[in-house]
Amino acid sequence: MSGLRYCASAGCLARGSGALMEALNTAISRGELGDQIQLRPVGCLGPCSQGPLLALDPDGDLYAGVDPQDAETLVAALARRLHQSSDQATPLEWAPARGQRLDLSEPFFQRQRRIVLEHCGLIDPTDLEQAIAVGAYGQLERVLQGWSPEQVVTELQRSGLRGRGGAGYPTGLKWATVARMPGARKVVVCNADEGDPGAFMDRAVLEGDPHRVLEGMAIAAYAVGADHGFIYIRAEYELAIERLRLAIEQAVDRGRLGAGLFGTGFGFTLELRVGAGAYVCGEETALIASIEGKRGTPRPRPPYPAERGVGGRPTLINNVETFANVAPILREGADWFAAIGSAGSSGTKVFSLTGHVRRGGLVEVPMGTSLATVVLEMGEGSPHGSAVKAVQTGGPSGGCVPADQLDTPLDYESLQALGTIMGSGGMVVLDQSTDMVALAAYFMAFCREESCGKCVPCRAGTVQLHGLLEKILAGQASHADLDQLETLGAMVMDTSLCGLGQSAPKPMLSTLRYFRGEYLARLEAP
Amino acid sequence: MATASAPFAALEPLLLRHHSRADALIEVLHGAQQCYGHLSDPLLRHVAERLQLPLSRVKGTASFYHLFRFQPPARHRCVVCTGTACQIQGAPALIAAMEEDLGLKLGARRGDGWVSLSEVRCLGTCSDAPLVQIDDSIGRQQTVAGLRRWLQELEP
Repeated sequence: MSGLRYCASAGCLARGSGALMEALNTAISRGELGDQIQLRPVGCLGPCSQGPLLALDPDGDLYAGVDPQDAETLVAALARRLHQSSDQATPLEWAPARGQRLDLSEPFFQRQRRIVLEHCGLIDPTDLEQAIAVGAYGQLERVLQGWSPEQVVTELQRSGLRGRGGAGYPTGLKWATVARMPGARKVVVCNADEGDPGAFMDRAVLEGDPHRVLEGMAIAAYAVGADHGFIYIRAEYELAIERLRLAIEQAVDRGRLGAGLFGTGFGFTLELRVGAGAYVCGEETALIASIEGKRGTPRPRPPYPAERGVGGRPTLINNVETFANVAPILREGADWFAAIGSAGSSGTKVFSLTGHVRRGGLVEVPMGTSLATVVLEMGEGSPHGSAVKAVQTGGPSGGCVPADQLDTPLDYESLQALGTIMGSGGMVVLDQSTDMVALAAYFMAFCREESCGKCVPCRAGTVQLHGLLEKILAGQASHADLDQLETLGAMVMDTSLCGLGQSAPKPMLSTLRYFRGEYLARLEAP
Repeated sequence: MATASAPFAALEPLLLRHHSRADALIEVLHGAQQCYGHLSDPLLRHVAERLQLPLSRVKGTASFYHLFRFQPPARHRCVVCTGTACQIQGAPALIAAMEEDLGLKLGARRGDGWVSLSEVRCLGTCSDAPLVQIDDSIGRQQTVAGLRRWLQELEP
């Protein structure tokens, strides 16, 4: 048998993996031994900037930028090898006319450790049987048949897993809090409202291995005593929505979701809720309001969602990547997971590496890996002979790390000390051509537009801050304006109601901290 | 499609699926926009009635979210991605070129309904920045010159 896996995630589809698939299909059905060549769609294979990507089994080779016109010769080479010997380990005698075979010994691949993405790129995300064959829902079954909910919570706590959505709150502690709440009708919510511009980790997980997320949610429901769940996903992710709808349907049909799972009394039902374009809905109380069919405005906490969430019921909210970590933690054990990464930040983190970088895409590395490793080694630095100036993490809620601090390890505390955050995993590389004041103005415009308008500091403050930044960009600002920018920024951070306003000034303050000269150079002479 | 006898009949299956529950409002609005192209006043009234919600609540919710439209979509929808990766790799120049060629400001729709110009904050395929979406096709690694040629090919 030979196998061809083509990436059917949004990035490669846009780069023509659909046409490649059709050409391969035609060539396979026309040629000899077609029944021994299996062609299937899979999730993200990694280096998106080189798509469309095609992987070959059993060799494990990865080809980049393959043209549909190469399909004939590839299928012919596979048939030749199948003819010649039963030993499929002989290297394939084939090279694409366009595109190339990627060198898997390069840092981009070698430095990765795939836990969340372990099956992404290996299985057909639209085929539940393939997911089950690699263990999907196996941990749910094991837990339901032999573990108490308390044991599950304890295992999660011991693993040291922290929320992958941005803030890094200890997941086990959150589960324990919801589990302690009275009431039999609790709710589990998956936050898939991946709104940070430049971030696409959750999209890749949902498109490539949706059952992994559903299993994590079902295990969480058992642990905290919930019977119903919602996945709240942004409407822009059409393919991910389609895959999730299908996955939920399949899981219900095969008895992996619904009532009386695996012959026990435990049942869990799941609904998909599609957002409608509002960044603030990534904030948990706004997200709850949106699930309830209302305007997505946040409310003060407490009460926290753990106490009063969807429909007033105790609610557990975790993000996509957090849920995707649950099954491997239970399978391999909390000690195994805690040993990966760094002290205080265990496990791995998925990043979407984009911007001015030679090799971009989806990478999963152990926590504590340095930014330099990811950006300079794996991403191979900036293209066109330019040098890296800074790396932006955490989107509109984060900040930038200047080039001279790239040896910083990627963990929650180290990034916070630099004035940015881990965030959900967006990592945008900026080269020397980047205007940092313009970037600050860009993020402020984003927050101004996405402010829900409920609290004054955020509603009015972001408008004022953006106005001041525009004034600086136009070369019409004075030193007094710069002072006001900083004072007002601090005030908006301290007094806004929710995370959007509290972090809106961060990209600006971060560029002021490291690139103050760019601001000063634009001020009017006193 | 809707028949004359039962207004907005195409919405019934969706309403049934959600048992006309108020918390399904956003799902229903999505479905309504998909069926009828945009959320007209009579359509919003119908949704309010069927979900037993005040019209103000329905309108207030719909207008909060960027993706709901209250007038028919233009025949050609030009959308520039202004996610961070696109922004630092040329989106502002693409917007300027489109504003000039189409004679439209960002966020506007031409009076005759031929074309509209808007932005989206990240399509999530950042490796191909900067991205422009026109109707159902996505243009990758757009240049100003390439985009101008694309615009000229739009059917009148």
